[in-house]
Amino acid sequence: MGAFLAKRILATIPVMLIVAIIVFALIRLVPGDPAAVIAGNMATNEDIARIRTELGLDRGFFAQFAIWAKGLVTGDLGQSFFFKKDVTALIAERVGPTLSLAFLTIVITVLIAVPLGTLAAWRHGGWLDRALMGFSVLGFSIPVFVIGYLFAYFFALRIDWFPVQGYKPLSAGIGEWIRHLLLPALTLSIVYVALIARVTRASVAEALTEDYVRTARAKGLPESRVLIKHALANAAVPIVTVIGIGVALLIGGVVVTESVFSIPGLGTLTVDAVLARDFPVIQGVILFFSVLYVLINLLVDVSYVFLDPRIRY
Amino acid sequence: MSRPESPLEHSAATPVLSVRDLAISLPSGSDRSHAVEHISFDVRAGEIVCLLGESGSGKSVIAFSIMGLLPGNVRVSGGDLVLNGTALNGATGIDAAHLRAKRGTEMAMIFQEPMTALNPVMSCGEQLDELLAQHTSLPANARRAKVIAMFEAVKLPEPERIYASYPHQLSGGQRQRIMIAMALILEPKLLIADEPTTALDVTTQAEVLSLIKALQRERGTAVLFITHDMGVVAEIADRVVVLEQGKQVETGDTQTVLSAPREPYTQMLIASVPPIEPPVRASEFAGPPALRVESLCKTYLSGGWFQKRRETRAANLVSFDVRPGETVGIVGESGSGKSTVARCITRLIDPTKGTISLGEQALHLGSADELKLARKRIQIVFQDPYRSLDPRQRVGEAIIEGPLNFGVSRDAAMRRAKELMSLVRLSPEVLSRYPSEFSGGQRQRISIARALALDPEVLICDEAVSALDVSVQAQVLTLLEEIQARLKLAIVFITHDLRVAAQICDRVLVMSRGHVVEQGLTRDVFLSPQHEYTQALLASAPGRHFKFARNSA
Repeated sequence: MGAFLAKRILATIPVMLIVAIIVFALIRLVPGDPAAVIAGNMATNEDIARIRTELGLDRGFFAQFAIWAKGLVTGDLGQSFFFKKDVTALIAERVGPTLSLAFLTIVITVLIAVPLGTLAAWRHGGWLDRALMGFSVLGFSIPVFVIGYLFAYFFALRIDWFPVQGYKPLSAGIGEWIRHLLLPALTLSIVYVALIARVTRASVAEALTEDYVRTARAKGLPESRVLIKHALANAAVPIVTVIGIGVALLIGGVVVTESVFSIPGLGTLTVDAVLARDFPVIQGVILFFSVLYVLINLLVDVSYVFLDPRIRY
Repeated sequence: MSRPESPLEHSAATPVLSVRDLAISLPSGSDRSHAVEHISFDVRAGEIVCLLGESGSGKSVIAFSIMGLLPGNVRVSGGDLVLNGTALNGATGIDAAHLRAKRGTEMAMIFQEPMTALNPVMSCGEQLDELLAQHTSLPANARRAKVIAMFEAVKLPEPERIYASYPHQLSGGQRQRIMIAMALILEPKLLIADEPTTALDVTTQAEVLSLIKALQRERGTAVLFITHDMGVVAEIADRVVVLEQGKQVETGDTQTVLSAPREPYTQMLIASVPPIEPPVRASEFAGPPALRVESLCKTYLSGGWFQKRRETRAANLVSFDVRPGETVGIVGESGSGKSTVARCITRLIDPTKGTISLGEQALHLGSADELKLARKRIQIVFQDPYRSLDPRQRVGEAIIEGPLNFGVSRDAAMRRAKELMSLVRLSPEVLSRYPSEFSGGQRQRISIARALALDPEVLICDEAVSALDVSVQAQVLTLLEEIQARLKLAIVFITHDLRVAAQICDRVLVMSRGHVVEQGLTRDVFLSPQHEYTQALLASAPGRHFKFARNSA
């Protein structure tokens, strides 16, 4: 296990390097000059050239990369062109709302999807099963922003249960924190509930046909225990895998949801940075997301050991 | 047989389990309306009653109906199931919750596959513990002590270690002991054992059977034992209920039913059991060997970067040859390396060392092209007829695929396929149908025809009759012998079944842990085994001392 972890963590280094190179190159291939954006509409060519020199954009591609990469090694992601702040500081400011939203979404998703999928598998072909199937088709096909505006309209504007927009940090009290995040989290969770409930259903349904489930019933155990301790416990590996993939995908969904509900997280930061051609911020955020991806995957792999004693690294 | 009535027998006058006129209906659209009908028998305390039948006889369905574990669309539609005076079904029967409370406490069950019947993600100890937690009010430490004691009672080594182990860390025999411990820990009045030793090796089977018998004697448990194996019946049963296609054919004490069966079906069944004593056979086969294997070795290496390297010798210095018309058997238990040898010979896997020659051709060298030509001359029939044929391919296509591959024209290949169908006693119409339309025995005939389509000189049968019912098995074996006589095939017959080996093989190799421990003429090896492993193996064969009825039915 220790050797496995060491190997996996070492393996992230080349992954990060490749991500860094691709991100760096890709941004510079996209048309649009950050200096022109910063200088504004009234700027002269000299102004723009001066800003380019200030930002270091007049140097060669490799020279720019070398400066950036050198900073990376020491944990310095560079300075934002637009906000005139350290990118690390910017990310640190914005990471709270995004992680809060992602965390709450996943908690809601798992709490709804896993029991729903398990029950649907248990009563295979029953009304709950059919309702879940119908719901998951809807969940997959309605875009996040449509659900978001619908939820905001009904729950915030019509019946006024939740605020329409905005974010309160955890330090403002857990009640306020949840109240502000619940609508966006619900919005985001719909597609993941659809996905994870379906995977749970398939996985548990398969486990229910196994001999050990018959053994459990022959022991006179109540159905709830048969279902949870025997069927669900054996179905856990594929479910956790999909939850892991879900968390990774979630970060993409956060960008849209944050815009709909005006949450000052990494999603809005990304959108602003792209519009302003703020290269260091875009690079920093993407790199940060990749680290997150790698960590989540590692976490999922490690969790297998606890879920299934047959898996050893 | 008259015995003095002891007080125990007197109190056991009311049976633990009473089955009366039981009928179980199948969902509409099945091949018959009832899984079983008109089934009546009793199981008394301290008695072992065997339900004997081939696949489809409905013997397992009866067991599940008693436990209340029938799948949703299969129902008890008539008759009475009474356990210890409590009706389990019908208008006066107990409800689902009460039935559940009886499972594990008054009646318990052991299943066929110890590999899959235990929960792989729960430790063995926990799996017994949850049973005690459910049905007793014992505190945790008392439950643990009871489980450990039970593990000792079923003779598991190091009970403390076993408690914390997961099923995959144990052998098949140990897993079945865990199942037995689980079934008996609450001292149920009735134990239902559904083919509990079928998936085990013979030596393990002998141990598990004697364990069940010992525990049953000690505790006076009534046992309903389900099996298809006449040898096991002879070994363990007091009384037998013979089933055929859901009908109760014959019932009586074991001695009478097995040695003097009344009904033609029972007679046929018992006559199909291959005697363990090999017949006298011609021992000389002329001509150069069709297949010669010399010093064959197969070593597997495991382990990687960070783990220790491990070497597993699956086959070690195996040498033998087979002449045209001769059948050489390789017998052994699981893990003995017999299938590894078969796969090396056909080059489905590459041997590590040694030589394999097919007539003049060295099979172990050979380029891909040469190997392809050699494959034509050596064919294999696999164990499981349900999985070795492509379900989406018509039988005819499966048979001609090989010849087409070697450039035979489609018409010629089809003509040959039709001839082969008559050789394996199937109608030529079979060719245009799919494998799913056939029974196991028919599929195995198709598999044999497929192997023969390339006119091989050597045929490898890897447990080719092991998945078949005994009556079907007898037919397929006879067929193989006929075909061999006509085509002068050299056959390598791989089996774990000593009775089958005794009947079909001219010579046998006995393998254990990758080594050939003994080889010789079948009759010599079976009647005077030299190596202690062979002796142990033969001593474990169930029902070896029993004189089965032999009449040509």
